[in-house]
Amino acid sequence: MRALSLHLAVLALLLALHFVLPAYHHANLARIMVLAVFAMGYNIAFGYTGLLSLGHALFLSAGMFGAGLLIQHFGLTAAPALLIGTLAGAAMAALTGLLALRTAGVSLMIVTLMFAQAGYLTLLYFGAVTGGDEGFPVPAAGRVTFGLNLAAEGPRYLVALGLFALALMGNLALVRSRFGRVMVAMRENEERSRMLGYNPFAVKLGVMALSGLYAGAAGAFYGVMFGYVGATFATIPYSILPLLYVLLGGAGVTLGPLLGAVLMFYLIDLASSHTTVQLAVTGGALLVLVLFAPKGILGSLRERGLASWLP
Amino acid sequence: MTTDLAGLKTNRRTVLGGLAAGGALMLGAAPRFVQAQSSAPIKLGFQLHRTGIGAAYGRWYERTTQAALKLLNDQGGINGRPVEIVFEDDGTDPKRGAEVVEKLTTQAGCDLIFGPLFSHVVIGSAPRAGELKVPYLVCSEGYHVASGMLNRWTLQPGITDVRAQVSSMAPWVMQNLGKKVTMVFPDYAFGHDHRDFFTEAVKAQGGEVIAQIAIPPTETSFTRYLPQIPAETEVLYHVMVGPAVLTFVKELGEFYGSGARPQIFGFIDSLEAVDTAAPGLEFLEGTHFWEGHCRVKQADAPEWEGTYRAAVGVDDNGASVSDARDVSTYAHMFSCWETLFVIKKGMEASGYQSTADRQKFVEAIEAMTAFDAGLDHVQGAKTFNGKTHQVFGQQFISKVEGGKLMRVHATSIEDGVYPDAVDYTAQSF
Amino acid sequence: MAAVLALSAVGLSLTFGVMRVVNVAHGEFFMLGAVLAWVVAQAVPSAPLGFVAALILCPLVVGAVAALADTAILKRLNYDPEATIVATIGISYILQQGALSFFGPDARAVEAPFSLRLQFPWFGYSGYKLFVVIAAGLVLLAVWLFMTRSRAGLVMRATQVDRNTARAFGINVDRVYAGTFALGAALAAVAAVLIVPIQQAHYLMGHDPLLLSFIVVIIGGLGSIRGTLIAALLIGLSDGIISMFFTPTLAKIVATLAVALVLVFRPQGLFGARA
Repeated sequence: MRALSLHLAVLALLLALHFVLPAYHHANLARIMVLAVFAMGYNIAFGYTGLLSLGHALFLSAGMFGAGLLIQHFGLTAAPALLIGTLAGAAMAALTGLLALRTAGVSLMIVTLMFAQAGYLTLLYFGAVTGGDEGFPVPAAGRVTFGLNLAAEGPRYLVALGLFALALMGNLALVRSRFGRVMVAMRENEERSRMLGYNPFAVKLGVMALSGLYAGAAGAFYGVMFGYVGATFATIPYSILPLLYVLLGGAGVTLGPLLGAVLMFYLIDLASSHTTVQLAVTGGALLVLVLFAPKGILGSLRERGLASWLP
Repeated sequence: MTTDLAGLKTNRRTVLGGLAAGGALMLGAAPRFVQAQSSAPIKLGFQLHRTGIGAAYGRWYERTTQAALKLLNDQGGINGRPVEIVFEDDGTDPKRGAEVVEKLTTQAGCDLIFGPLFSHVVIGSAPRAGELKVPYLVCSEGYHVASGMLNRWTLQPGITDVRAQVSSMAPWVMQNLGKKVTMVFPDYAFGHDHRDFFTEAVKAQGGEVIAQIAIPPTETSFTRYLPQIPAETEVLYHVMVGPAVLTFVKELGEFYGSGARPQIFGFIDSLEAVDTAAPGLEFLEGTHFWEGHCRVKQADAPEWEGTYRAAVGVDDNGASVSDARDVSTYAHMFSCWETLFVIKKGMEASGYQSTADRQKFVEAIEAMTAFDAGLDHVQGAKTFNGKTHQVFGQQFISKVEGGKLMRVHATSIEDGVYPDAVDYTAQSF
Repeated sequence: MAAVLALSAVGLSLTFGVMRVVNVAHGEFFMLGAVLAWVVAQAVPSAPLGFVAALILCPLVVGAVAALADTAILKRLNYDPEATIVATIGISYILQQGALSFFGPDARAVEAPFSLRLQFPWFGYSGYKLFVVIAAGLVLLAVWLFMTRSRAGLVMRATQVDRNTARAFGINVDRVYAGTFALGAALAAVAAVLIVPIQQAHYLMGHDPLLLSFIVVIIGGLGSIRGTLIAALLIGLSDGIISMFFTPTLAKIVATLAVALVLVFRPQGLFGARA
């Protein structure tokens, strides 16, 4: 019950912020929320099920290009494009999982990384259609849906919040469900889970697909809402991004990704405002955080018993 | 989250179905100061590639811009007001670029933004500039502005685009080097632009591109590609960029050895910030290069060229005055300098007072047609196409003699013009 | 290229194999080696002498930096795999920034200690490149001898097999780890010093070697130096063969997928023991 209240409170806070935040932070938060959805998807695979993937940029860009290409080349409107983009992310993840999940641990890391690289190179190869390394801006007509102009700050924030809320509550329901507990069982001891009759491959495949669904949604919405689709989102740093957010905020904690996303964003933002050596500052901050909160901030809190009920 | 900048007022929002209108109203028209004081400084935002792959250019862009700013303020600023520039690093990343546009406009309160170079960053950031309705003057030499891909708020008044640059090379190359060309270029947008535009221009001049060799951008060794160069090649056109260029030249030299070789034509983009006399580049002796702005001070250089070099701090070889091995990105950095002076002209022509005048500013620039050569346009005279938002200037061809680039030809602006692909003035803001 | 890759990969294999840590900063150690080589080359006017000096100094300095990083940070994390990843990302950012601030954003060339051209009938080949291959081979031989014949090597391998038993035998595991980490980084630095006359030093140059080294290590099989070597050769050479049949970008796609598929169907790599 406490968990549910906390989550609802966070959502209420985000809604309240919509009315009081100055323009700059308001726009930032919209971006952060969508990126947090991406990180939540990653958390489902990594934090809860222990699947260390370095290829999530593939699912993010599948969603982004799924939506973007349909709008650019086929004139689809936002709503169907967003839906198809989201599903594209899930499909890509399932396909990848079929092959990649035959490995585990570090091998899984490399295999997912390789698939993501291949995806990036494929985007470049079909540059005439995808805009190659430059990308392309999303046509204005494709950014309007149900009378809401997703290019305008107000509707954009609220839609991002809606997406985030859906994702968060879905995540919460997932981890408290039976399947959620099986996920954790897989992470903790796969052999024992198998002996108890659960099919590890099927479970992990399902997890990957879900994770890809989240990532695809994040990609599709980010592209449409912020107006740019580009192959940069398929590069390795965008696979490391959700990992970083999750590890910082707390792996295996539903609110971890949001916290991580907010922290990383403002860390980079504040550092680059005040110094020219922001890379070093970010690196230093990461080191400090990891030394004193190795399970992520919320994860460490939970471990120390301060908030052991955090799902 | 708290507000932090003095003078930036927060606005309470209303939640209605007309949120879209509210957003546009709030950001576009709300004055930043309670009264527009005529002596308050003008704040310009500069989107800088301080880190990431663009860092080598970013460093010189910042330096040139600071020098231009000092000159501008010494001359009295704009409309009698002093000018400040806020620099923000975008990491040469399109996602961060859009965030920086946001930051410069809404948090720092800049009147407009200029400066980015890399195409993918420009394309990634321009939509946000269009949404925020802030003038976005890029220093990118990309064809993306004039191609119609972007929006009416994006302009490129400081540097000729790659399509015009490349097209203007064809006549001289055909007449002086040869008619059968093999092109070697990186397999991404920049390289494709060269491939497409040069092939087109060569055909128009009666020549032929007999081979196009695309090289993956992250390649570090090129020996396996070189045998693909056909033996009947008369001109080898290369435009490799990135840290591996020195390797490319070395391996090219190793490949041909002291035997016969075709004429070689390259773009100085390959060697920006690199000393042409560096060890390993001996093979370039006697070859030709496009230069946007001649790195080595030529004998007939006008007086303002010397003033410009002194202000930025480069010597007659285009290297830093404090370290002769620190070569500048001379063929590109003038774009920032000239853009700043165009900003001044635009603001004075439109009577710019505050952000409410941003649209008038853009319209004022669209009305411009030509810039004379001088201290505010150090690269040379220009013509400006208000419809495509793109400026056009002379291009230069130089030959490496004794390790230094000496100019052998200057094109005319007409050599590079191409039909308009877009009319931004017909679009709404 | 394959030779240098093998060196760098062996360095990673050591860190990975013995300590089971994913060192994201490995590429940065490589870069650091290259950058320092440039610094040394500027300080010592004669090219051959500068090269030898760099070959000795750079690995030592980089190794020291690595050992410092290990004792100060990684040890305190108890080598928790996820935390190590974040920590090494942090370290790599700091190293990158350091290079950017002190070395600058440009790519800078370092002169080769000698330039000799071997003229074959159908193409020319650089004598220096041949030297790199030989030198790398020698270093690898030395490492292999060290690991299999010397006591220190034995200690390292013992720690790799079972950390706790090793400790029970009185081996100072912490020092072994620091030493291994340093050795891994030093090998990367040696690889970098060898390659920098061919490739130029640049502050972002660590990314590709990192990727490739990881691939080589995994494909070769964890903990098997022989596997790493063979994988390096395979990957270094196959790139060239594949690209004869496909356009370059397509060739890279094919090569990348091939790597992935090898792992999918043979997760222990070519020579690794089944985990």
